[in-house]
Amino acid sequence: MLPLSITDFTATCAAGSGRADLLRALDSGSSGLRPNDFGREPLATFIGRVAGVEEAPLPAEFSAYECRNNRLAWLGLQRDGFLASVDAARQRYGAARVALVLGTSTSSIGATEEAYSRLTPAGEFPEDLRYQAVHTPHSTGEFLQRVLGLNNVAVTVATACSSSAKAFAQGSRLLDLGIADAVVVGGVDSLCGSVLFGFNSLALVSPEPCRPFDAARSGISIGEAAAFALLERDGAGSGPRFIGYGESSDAHHMSTPHPSGRGARLAMSEALARGGLESSAVDYINLHGTASLKNDEIEAQAVAEMFPTDTHASSTKGWTGHTLGAAGALEAVITLLSLESGLMPGNLNSRQLDAACGPQVRLDNGRGSVRVAMSNSFGFGGSNCALLFAAASAS
Amino acid sequence: MTDLLARPARLYVNGVALWAPRLPGWQRAREILAGREAAPVEPAPRPAPELLPPTERRRAPDTVSVALEAALAACRSANLDPASLPCVFTSMHGDLSITDYMCATMASTPALVSPTKFHNSVHNAAAGYWTIAAGCTRPYTALSAGEHSFGAGLLETCVQALAGGENILLVAYDIDARGPLAPVARSKHLLAAAVIVSPQRGPTSIAQFDLQLNAGAGLVPSYARPRNAELIAGNSTESCLPFMESLALGGSHEIHCLATPTLGLAIKLQGL
Repeated sequence: MLPLSITDFTATCAAGSGRADLLRALDSGSSGLRPNDFGREPLATFIGRVAGVEEAPLPAEFSAYECRNNRLAWLGLQRDGFLASVDAARQRYGAARVALVLGTSTSSIGATEEAYSRLTPAGEFPEDLRYQAVHTPHSTGEFLQRVLGLNNVAVTVATACSSSAKAFAQGSRLLDLGIADAVVVGGVDSLCGSVLFGFNSLALVSPEPCRPFDAARSGISIGEAAAFALLERDGAGSGPRFIGYGESSDAHHMSTPHPSGRGARLAMSEALARGGLESSAVDYINLHGTASLKNDEIEAQAVAEMFPTDTHASSTKGWTGHTLGAAGALEAVITLLSLESGLMPGNLNSRQLDAACGPQVRLDNGRGSVRVAMSNSFGFGGSNCALLFAAASAS
Repeated sequence: MTDLLARPARLYVNGVALWAPRLPGWQRAREILAGREAAPVEPAPRPAPELLPPTERRRAPDTVSVALEAALAACRSANLDPASLPCVFTSMHGDLSITDYMCATMASTPALVSPTKFHNSVHNAAAGYWTIAAGCTRPYTALSAGEHSFGAGLLETCVQALAGGENILLVAYDIDARGPLAPVARSKHLLAAAVIVSPQRGPTSIAQFDLQLNAGAGLVPSYARPRNAELIAGNSTESCLPFMESLALGGSHEIHCLATPTLGLAIKLQGL
């Protein structure tokens, strides 16, 4: 692929609202996880809940899109001047030349859950929730397309926890082929009953704040986030660059990773090949690291075999929780912050690393010159994606 | 209206499949859509995709069943190994039956939700089952773009085919809505359409097309013949029909298919 400029990026999650806030939390080791207080009968777990979503209604003209996921998307767009950056790109290139590729797994399903909990005596949805706009997976994609006023591609990628990483790959192809001159890529996922109780039914939810790669880890903490980046052709900006991606399928099981990490390795190798780099060029890897038993073991083994010992690797889910369909974009933003600041996060909440971990996986934050960094996202259905980024001055 | 490509892109359709209760498989669907044969009065029963292990065939969600049936038939029509193809799955709603189950369970007994139903509730379930059953480690994606999901999926398929210079499998599907969601999500019947698209002509090519993209207001999609449209009317993937009908008819066609309300695929298709 042709390297691309990332001309703006932002994230809103439990650990921070906007880049500066998030970087501060990463640096100081303050987790956004808190005891679960979501819903009527909250499970005994910890969640990464974004504060203030309930008090931030959508503008009246978009009221047909009212739901938690779209509110979170709207909140996220306001941070770091991202909305103004997209407006500027639209004015520069025209609405027909700016695309949107949005990753999500939950989309607005929380609104459908709510409708089922408030059925009328006749068994129908309550009147305020009868809009199809919030009962379909493309809800947030359609909402964002309207908010941003874009006439190019506007599509939702929903491949579970790899969704918004794959949005970067899909967006880059639109630029490569000359279909668009700028692409808004991102991920938005929000807390809802389906994911909390669903992951719980698979015995994957931890009763304590998640401890990625810890020998005594006990599962995931679910979070929510909205994260966006603006991709343009190389040279469009002086910021970091998106230089490679790798996508693969496990072809193994719907909810368990391939035992040898076949798909994860394929995705990482392909990202390096596309970026034209050896694994030794990678200074930091933001791992998928959900803190589930299987994922962390398999990912740690793959990283131990593929990367030199001085690569610094970690999962930042101890700060943010696993934000599912938004994780790819959120962790891409964290990876970009690492390239800009030299801060390489450790594994927050973790105390003793699993024996499967090589020296790459670190408990503590580190600092250094971060020129090239990777971000991994692996999802249910065996969908894997690795993204490769470079600092403004590198490669 | 703006043309997005400097010049139209030439692509080939190297495989095709269609399954709906009154269009059960491409061999018959082609004759029915071309007006040479009458549609069956009795709808065909749900297909049992042979790529799945026998024990899973009956238990598979409807979306998985119909999508895998079309995906395998398209690979066979192209003489291609299912394990060799990157694929694009697209659906407006995903599995509406599982959505109904999940939401009803959340409203009543959330702690008792079935783990299998939960992992089948992801939008990429059909794509996941397909790659597992086919032993395919190539990338897949799972898309949604509202009622324009077919056009958005066809566009992404063409983009991947052009970017990688290879065959890409597209599978577009939707099923009927169930329960309290049905009056709002409004989708009927089972439907899956599949095509294999490549920038290279091959021994099984049945059509070539030149693709241009138009952006702007006032785009109008093509319509299928009313008699054909009636056979799948109300399904959320019904917008696949003008394109599929042109493949059934052969000859030359100009088809307009929306990928969003303000982005259209302008397709000049020629049967081979």
